[in-house]
Amino acid sequence: MPEQTKPEGAGLPEDQPVRPEDKADVRSPASWLPTVKVTAAAFLLALVVGAFLIVFSDQQTIESLGYFFDYPWDFFRYAGEAIYQSYWALLTGAVGSGRAISQTLERAAPLICAGLGVSLAFRTGLFNIGAQGQLLIGTILAGYVGFTWSMPPGLHLLVALIAGVLGGAAWGAISGLLKAKTGAHEVITTIMLNYVATSLLLYLLTKNAFQRPGSDNPRSLPAEESALFPSIGTTHTGVILAVIAAVGVWWLLERSTIGFEMRAVGANADAAATAGMSVGRAYTLAMLIAGALAGLAATMQILGRNDSLTANVAGSIGFDAITVALLGRATPLGTVLAGLLFGALAAGGIQMQASEAATPVSLTLVLQALIVLFVAAPALVRGVMRMKDTGGGATVMAKGWGS
Amino acid sequence: MELEMRGLTKRFGSFTANDDISLTIEPGEIHCLLGDNGAGKNKLMNMLYGLLEPTAGEVRLDGEPVTFATPGDAIEAGIGMVHQHFMLVPVFTVAENVMLGREQTRGLGVLDREKAAALVRELSERYRLAVDPHALVEDLPVGVQQRVEIIKALANEAKVLILDEPTAVLTPQEIDELMDIMRSLKEQGTSIVFITHKLREVKAIGDRITVIRRGKVVGTAPPSTSETELAEMMVGRAVKLTVDKEPARPGDVVMEAKDVTVIDPRGHTVVKGVSFEARAGEVLGIAGVQGNGQTELIKSLLGVIRPDAGRILVDGQDISAHGPRESLETGIGYIPEDRSHDGYVGAFTVRENLVLDLYRNDEFSKGFALRLDNIAKNAAARIEEFDIRTEDMDTPVSSLSGGNQQKVVVARELSRPLKVLVASQPTRGVDVGSIEFIHKRIITERDQGTAVVIVSTELDEIFALADRIAVMYDGRIVGIVSPDIAREDIGLMMAGAVGPADVAKEGTDA
Repeated sequence: MPEQTKPEGAGLPEDQPVRPEDKADVRSPASWLPTVKVTAAAFLLALVVGAFLIVFSDQQTIESLGYFFDYPWDFFRYAGEAIYQSYWALLTGAVGSGRAISQTLERAAPLICAGLGVSLAFRTGLFNIGAQGQLLIGTILAGYVGFTWSMPPGLHLLVALIAGVLGGAAWGAISGLLKAKTGAHEVITTIMLNYVATSLLLYLLTKNAFQRPGSDNPRSLPAEESALFPSIGTTHTGVILAVIAAVGVWWLLERSTIGFEMRAVGANADAAATAGMSVGRAYTLAMLIAGALAGLAATMQILGRNDSLTANVAGSIGFDAITVALLGRATPLGTVLAGLLFGALAAGGIQMQASEAATPVSLTLVLQALIVLFVAAPALVRGVMRMKDTGGGATVMAKGWGS
Repeated sequence: MELEMRGLTKRFGSFTANDDISLTIEPGEIHCLLGDNGAGKNKLMNMLYGLLEPTAGEVRLDGEPVTFATPGDAIEAGIGMVHQHFMLVPVFTVAENVMLGREQTRGLGVLDREKAAALVRELSERYRLAVDPHALVEDLPVGVQQRVEIIKALANEAKVLILDEPTAVLTPQEIDELMDIMRSLKEQGTSIVFITHKLREVKAIGDRITVIRRGKVVGTAPPSTSETELAEMMVGRAVKLTVDKEPARPGDVVMEAKDVTVIDPRGHTVVKGVSFEARAGEVLGIAGVQGNGQTELIKSLLGVIRPDAGRILVDGQDISAHGPRESLETGIGYIPEDRSHDGYVGAFTVRENLVLDLYRNDEFSKGFALRLDNIAKNAAARIEEFDIRTEDMDTPVSSLSGGNQQKVVVARELSRPLKVLVASQPTRGVDVGSIEFIHKRIITERDQGTAVVIVSTELDEIFALADRIAVMYDGRIVGIVSPDIAREDIGLMMAGAVGPADVAKEGTDA
């Protein structure tokens, strides 16, 4: 990794003062340590806010408020119990057992893949809102190959996998090409293509080719056994692909000429063009790869979890991926960590609802949102936690509406 | 009003931007603050204007100690500042901009535009600052926008006016106009702090000159001090203001432009049938006031924009349909006009920027994989060779000083064999020491047999480098002259006042 910390202002050549304010607005690779601190602090703050929500959604605790001034101890006891039970369930549900860890990984993997796509686009200066649409097209193609075609095991998986990835890639490339050729803003085109993909899926689910035989429900068959990712224990092996994808994206961005071009275009498209790079090609390629990664995420739903094609097959993965990429500061490692965190919250949330405190699973959504909110406002976190501003609060920046 | 700084110090961590600076601005004087980029002039002024809090020291107005927590406090106390980058709302009129922040209303919150316009008119008459109060700021030329900034400061009853590098964006004529304005302000009792790194200007207008180097006051000098002495104070060592060069030995024509015409996106023809020849081993200087088509001409030479008519030949081969990539491969080196805009990627490290247009070479990549070892070796070699002052090769270029940023660009472009070097404003916003260095390298490149085309709006630079001078006005080359032409004559050609026929003219192919 090119990321390393540098003491501010140390070892400067004497006659070349580095202006501190210049340093702060650079998305510098020199700042992950403060970033981790802020993120951890944001997580803690989110848990504190979450604790209040737990307290005030617990029936027993609220009832104890009625006689708070006669016997306040009850309130504190019930509140403490509710918080403890909820968070303990959240923790054990996420990492407390082999089954829990497997749940966490399976939920994290598609988030990581789609998140990597969003991160890659960010680094190229594109705000890819379209992971959801790209994912849906991926599920349609992977699903179709998975449940209609008959092939030997292994080969079937491979073909279905490729179909899903290509579907996502094509859907992403449309936005990239439109941006490159006509200048259409990718935020608009990806959002619109999300609608198109959603509606396309709904339409297809009314057709015989997709519907379960003898059923009127908008639901397909699950993929054939031969097209499924093999399992190790309770975890499907598609999860490994997420790790490979992360390493691949890291290599692409940091070690390859293509990534060099993408990052240059993302940081200064004019300078990139003057240096002989094709800005349009970088945009198209970035969206194509982003789409492919979303397509890969799609195969994990269809070929890993063995979900049927339904309107909800992708859940909100494509949108959560944006949050994951933002939280991960558009770096591959950050995206993996953020994806794991969100996967853990999703897996643990179910356990939490089942716990004695019966805290609704939506609390995890609140926690996710709060973490990102606090991370987006590092000054707020530093203020609350009395942390020193080390100038490392770099945030992800995508281009606005200008170009 | 007398403004006094006593022992002003500003530290950022271990770095001292201003060290114990004491300075007095007398009422009604033009006090020049001279210093290279990064010397600490801006930090000092920002402390004065309430944008930065001093680490130590104090500011006194007429002997009374004052502290400014915000620019609002400074304005209240009678200090006005015109920033290098204007703080105007482009879609507002002049009057609206002037009343911004201190809007006057007529009952019910209706803005009193007439009152604001009257104020603008009064100020522009009193100080001879011709401005139409109802013009939209975005329609005004840069020089006039600057006047609006000055009026804004005067409307706040500024008694001390700080002008931060005010001439950097101006044409020679606009600079003269600005100096007239400064004189007229001074006559009416306003003191002016004039920040610059241009020696000629401080001598022309200053009453006293304070030189700052590395955050310290080096000394105060009268305007009669010679430019060489001032430059020495500024840089800290003897500086050559002229470039040592042998007479050129021009060879064959390498680059040839034939009737190049460029139409900008708004449909204006900005380059109108420009033809020139650039020969090996010779520097062709293209002089002209900013905005006479040089920007577009230069971009069309590299293929960043395509000429709408005409041809560009390199070694007889037509490259007018080429994009930047092919042109670079043909052997064109390109130093763009505005380095931060298209010369480097600010967020990229020095190492990465040094191969920004070279990473495709076999030396720096193999297939799709970057060859990091060679890229690092290259960076180490260039940093050494071009004396790029940077913490290390992984420092983002945006945190280097202007001169060193430019050295990164120049080092990159000169690090491969070139047929033609096209350089636009190669030393704009660059410190004196780096100017000397860059000029020397350009002449070295010429002596190696490269054809060099330099575009500059600074006549000093043109005279220092060029073996032949083409003067551009209104999209045309109005004449190609020898560098021994008188400064005034070339000034007239640049202003479009005289055609080439009226000026002693050398043959086009001399």
